[in-house]
Amino acid sequence: MDSSCGKCAFHSELLLKLQLESNPEALGLVRAAVERATEILHFPEEESRAIVRSVDEALANVICHAYQGKTGQPIEVTCRHLHRTQNDVCVSGIEIVLQDSGAPANPAELKGRSLDEVRPGGLGLHFMRQSMDEVVFSRKKGKNQLRLVKYLAPAAPAVAPEGE
Amino acid sequence: MQIAARAIKGWTILDLSGDIDLAHSPAMRKALLGEIKEKHTPKVFLNLKNVRYIDSSGIASLVEGLKASRDQGSRLILYGLSTSVREVMQLSRLQKIFEIYEDEEQALTS
Repeated sequence: MDSSCGKCAFHSELLLKLQLESNPEALGLVRAAVERATEILHFPEEESRAIVRSVDEALANVICHAYQGKTGQPIEVTCRHLHRTQNDVCVSGIEIVLQDSGAPANPAELKGRSLDEVRPGGLGLHFMRQSMDEVVFSRKKGKNQLRLVKYLAPAAPAVAPEGE
Repeated sequence: MQIAARAIKGWTILDLSGDIDLAHSPAMRKALLGEIKEKHTPKVFLNLKNVRYIDSSGIASLVEGLKASRDQGSRLILYGLSTSVREVMQLSRLQKIFEIYEDEEQALTS
């Protein structure tokens, strides 16, 4: 079976670049754009919802924590279509990178919290880690960067009907 | 997001529609806590049938409402959860904490 897409081993294509201002009203627009990107890449509906939810929670964290609720601050969202080779099979995925110029994240807040305790708050990071294959926070040149990656499950090989 | 309130048998049904996200969860929180803490409504029903999306700030408001209702000795009842809302409840491990029913008929007879 030739599963090569002709672009592996590592390759990525820009799908979408959004330059936003920190404003909760912008979240619906970003959700719609990311949802469409996941549809184009043929993610199943459940995974599409999980990716959209992760990006939404990440943006909400930027607005609430990095910018402490202050509106009008810059946020950049970049979506790329990823290709990589895994066990000679080409795997496709989506990478979403959020970048902001807000306060550095507090490492203690990046650990998340136990779900055994029923209380408001602290669930966004848990949603991201439950849903995405990679969740990587970094700080570069005075900017916070969050990289979220979700790979599509490789398609199962076609099975010939019995008797053929 | 839109919120409409209906009164039935001295209880209140809050019909919610749209997306409950960071922009809109404060309005839901205000309506919910107003019913529980200010009006002391004995049963508050949240009709989530037309809610397409809820984020962690919306869930936080629901948890706050649940705690307030327990403090007041009243009940907070949810019904009509979409697949998306159910997924978030499961991710939060809150589906067994809340009273959740399929539809309005079941909720009102609970």
